[in-house]
Amino acid sequence: MSDITLKVNGRTHTLDIDPSTPLLYILRNDLGLLGPRFGCGLGQCGACTVIIKGAAVRSCITPTSTVQGAEITTLEGLAQDGTLHPIQQAWIDEQALQCGFCQNGQIMNAKALLDRNPDPTDAEIREGMVGNLCRCMTYYRIQAAIKRAANVISAARSASGKEVVG
Amino acid sequence: MTVFTKIPKQVEEVMEKWNGSTSRRNFLKGSGLLVVSFGAAMASVNPLSSWAQSETAAAAQAAGPYPDPDFRQIDSWIVIHEDSTATFYVGKTDGGQGTGTAFRQMMADELDIAFNKTDLIMGRTDITVDQGGSGASDGIARDGQAMRRVAAEARRVLLEMASTRFGVPVDQLAVSEGVITVKADPSKKVAYGELIGGSRFNVTLTGNNINATTGVAKVKAVGDLKIVGQPIQRYDIPPKVDGSLQWAVDAKVPGMVHARNVRPPVAGAKLISIDESSVRGIPGFIQVVSKGNYVAVVCEREEQAIKAARQLKVNWQKPATESFPTSEDLYKYMRNATPTSLTRDRPGVRLPSVVGNPDAALASAAKVIEAEYDFPFQGHTAIGPAHAMADPSNGQMTIWSNDMKAYGLRTGVADFLGMPRDRVRVIWLDGPQLWGRTAADDAGFEAAFLAKEVGRPVRMQWMRHEETAWDTKGPAFTFKLRGGLDAQGNLIALEYNARTVDYNHLGYNDPDTVLIAQLMGRRPSAPASGGASSPSEMYDIPNRRKTTHVVRLPLVWETPLRTGNLRDPNGPQITFAGESFIDELAAAAKADPVEFRLRLLTASTDDDNQFKRARAIAAVKAAAAAYGWDTRPSPKPLGAGTILTGRGISYCDRNSTVVVEIAEVEVNRETGHVWVKRLVCAHDCGLVINPDGLRGTIEGNMLHGMSRALHEEVQFDTEKVTSVDWISHPTLTHADAPARIDIVLVNGDPNPNRPDLPAYGAGEAAIKPMVAAVANAIYDATGVRIRRVPFRDKRVLAALQAARV
Ligand code: FES
Ligand code: FES
Repeated sequence: MSDITLKVNGRTHTLDIDPSTPLLYILRNDLGLLGPRFGCGLGQCGACTVIIKGAAVRSCITPTSTVQGAEITTLEGLAQDGTLHPIQQAWIDEQALQCGFCQNGQIMNAKALLDRNPDPTDAEIREGMVGNLCRCMTYYRIQAAIKRAANVISAARSASGKEVVG
Repeated sequence: MTVFTKIPKQVEEVMEKWNGSTSRRNFLKGSGLLVVSFGAAMASVNPLSSWAQSETAAAAQAAGPYPDPDFRQIDSWIVIHEDSTATFYVGKTDGGQGTGTAFRQMMADELDIAFNKTDLIMGRTDITVDQGGSGASDGIARDGQAMRRVAAEARRVLLEMASTRFGVPVDQLAVSEGVITVKADPSKKVAYGELIGGSRFNVTLTGNNINATTGVAKVKAVGDLKIVGQPIQRYDIPPKVDGSLQWAVDAKVPGMVHARNVRPPVAGAKLISIDESSVRGIPGFIQVVSKGNYVAVVCEREEQAIKAARQLKVNWQKPATESFPTSEDLYKYMRNATPTSLTRDRPGVRLPSVVGNPDAALASAAKVIEAEYDFPFQGHTAIGPAHAMADPSNGQMTIWSNDMKAYGLRTGVADFLGMPRDRVRVIWLDGPQLWGRTAADDAGFEAAFLAKEVGRPVRMQWMRHEETAWDTKGPAFTFKLRGGLDAQGNLIALEYNARTVDYNHLGYNDPDTVLIAQLMGRRPSAPASGGASSPSEMYDIPNRRKTTHVVRLPLVWETPLRTGNLRDPNGPQITFAGESFIDELAAAAKADPVEFRLRLLTASTDDDNQFKRARAIAAVKAAAAAYGWDTRPSPKPLGAGTILTGRGISYCDRNSTVVVEIAEVEVNRETGHVWVKRLVCAHDCGLVINPDGLRGTIEGNMLHGMSRALHEEVQFDTEKVTSVDWISHPTLTHADAPARIDIVLVNGDPNPNRPDLPAYGAGEAAIKPMVAAVANAIYDATGVRIRRVPFRDKRVLAALQAARV
């Protein structure tokens, strides 16, 4: 056991843990952040996805020691000032989920995807999401939700752009 | 202001916490009034830290015993609060199809209260009536109707109360959104909360059993329903996308410890010895628990339990004989095996086993077609492995679980542990998709057993390899079909032979057949084999015979090939064979597949009282129209390029729900890869409660069917399952999603004189025809018939090459 410092959703935590423990268990069991979930523990399904330094990361196979000090965002950290992130809102608007168990990973991976590529083609969405499995097979609605979110985000961006110009 | 919680199940905990002796349980016992408003309660809750506090408080307070809520009291189903909001208590669970929202819509509509003034508690055995939980797609069709009747009765009682208050007859009162008004003088009005808020109805219902529960009031005629039929958004989605919902995997109480199982390395292995010293040095190690061939480790922390389970040295003895044939040899084994029995026909099967004289008809047929089909074992392979948490405090047992059949888990665990039933309660919380998996809730039994053994609250969770290898399986089938066409291409005889390895079909939370019980050596008096229907009973075929045989594998108990209900039990298997074969017959008759099916459906005018024939004909036509089907026989002339395209249709009914699906595929002739590019579904499940919820459910079913058609197969050698993760057991992915899905809800009552349109159930029907639709589309595109599931690239490519496509 040793002291580890983690920055999660803008808060800093110091924890006395076994540093080799996968980040997933620390987030869930020590920090009470329940968005990321165990699906496989093998890096195969994406249910445990969090965002670290802008990239979607599978927390089930990420030793906590390797992410000390890095800015970690979980599902709980997406909403800002009580307003859902446009991706979360798009998920509601499309009623994208069935059980919802996988959707932490779908949403977090979509966030990393859209941050990287704000206007993805259908093929880029499929390719970018292919590693996030959903056993309720809600892929069709998820892809629609990603497109909706991309439109909302780019509309907001051009609206704010116009303001700046005007 | 009343703030409605996004976490309905937690409301109850919070109410119990903040109201001491006026908790709902006590309230229902008549000892007090429920006086809290949700707003006050929820304002005090910090969503991240409330779980343990509220649960502890609830556990301490509600220390049992837990008698069954009386389903013959309105108060067990509906509580109206002083602020004129209502909480509904129902004995169902929601596997993610939005049934919770649908139940609220149905009850709110009958009660005449705004949807957003209602809340719903499901699947808590101590405070919700026992409607059995979920299964069989009957949530709306059967249990929802009882809910409607109770809500209608509550409305009637409220109208009576208002009538007394205003001194006017009921028929001179109007009711809207929880407010009753005197028609002649609208200034005279009273809200539900003023009439009864915080008090009991004290009204007894009738009905021989819970499904028949009713009051005096009649439910509304379909034309008068306002909330039913609306695409209201699901209340459970916002807390699922912002991370605030507490799921069964999140259940946590102070003092809780973590457990993991250690499974036999091969099926049927016998435990010889355990070397506990191999894990004693792991920090947080508490105990190894074993009984019979069941072994688990318990540690303070989750990662410690995972490590201990991996590290524990156990000496197992392999069985002397092979437990099963390999998955490659399975069908040969099944064809050669001596059957153990003929399956029972499922209830509601329309036709007897033999109609007319199939032998004579086949002998006289102008053309006889014969085909064999194989369908593998397929798993549930839930995205989240089995899990539960059990707390043995106060000599009771409380289990937090995603068990779709929470009530059965309660009864099963009580029996398993030898505890009185009223000392056990199950609190259902959301979990990963079910499809029948938690009907045998292995983790719930294991958590409860371990909690009793170690005397502390225990959280059990399976690992991925364990879930994929050891979950319950949908049984494998082999089929042999023969059909006879006359000179005009009419189908005059059909012979259907099925064999299924469904010798030991698991019961619902049966304390003798859940995995832990099997591993401990418990056995019921005899295995219960599964039942199976047969395909396409509305097709009018003058001579037909259907036979289904059960065969057994050498290993019957403690096997990872244990069979259980998997979303539409046996439906996808049977319909794959039945509807592929109808397509083969259509091709042999050089008939268009839609036209051929319509000919079979319209050959008789004999219909059942649900108008299944008329609705089937309408659905076939609706699907063909929505797709833009051009009439021609399959296959289409072979294309020249790398990508071959084709379309396939498949029809089925499930109970009285009718589904017709059309798949359009692209087949890559160089790789064998199949992409289902477009899907059309015409679906008739009777009364629609929430059209968007229904569409989502249909989409999920269709894509689940695609996954089973294209990817899924349990693979095994002679001693163990070898497909154990998402690489060795692939599933549908984002790359497979169709580019377009069109769903036509054909629902409507063919009989305008019937006062009420029944709901027939939609949870599983649309998975049933999908595998055949894909197979038929591949045939249309390539002229090659794939008769073995799944249609993975390699298999399709081999078939294309063999046919020189
Ligand atoms: S749980 Fe981490 S990838 Fe599956
Ligand atoms: S929504 Fe259920 S697993 Fe994805």
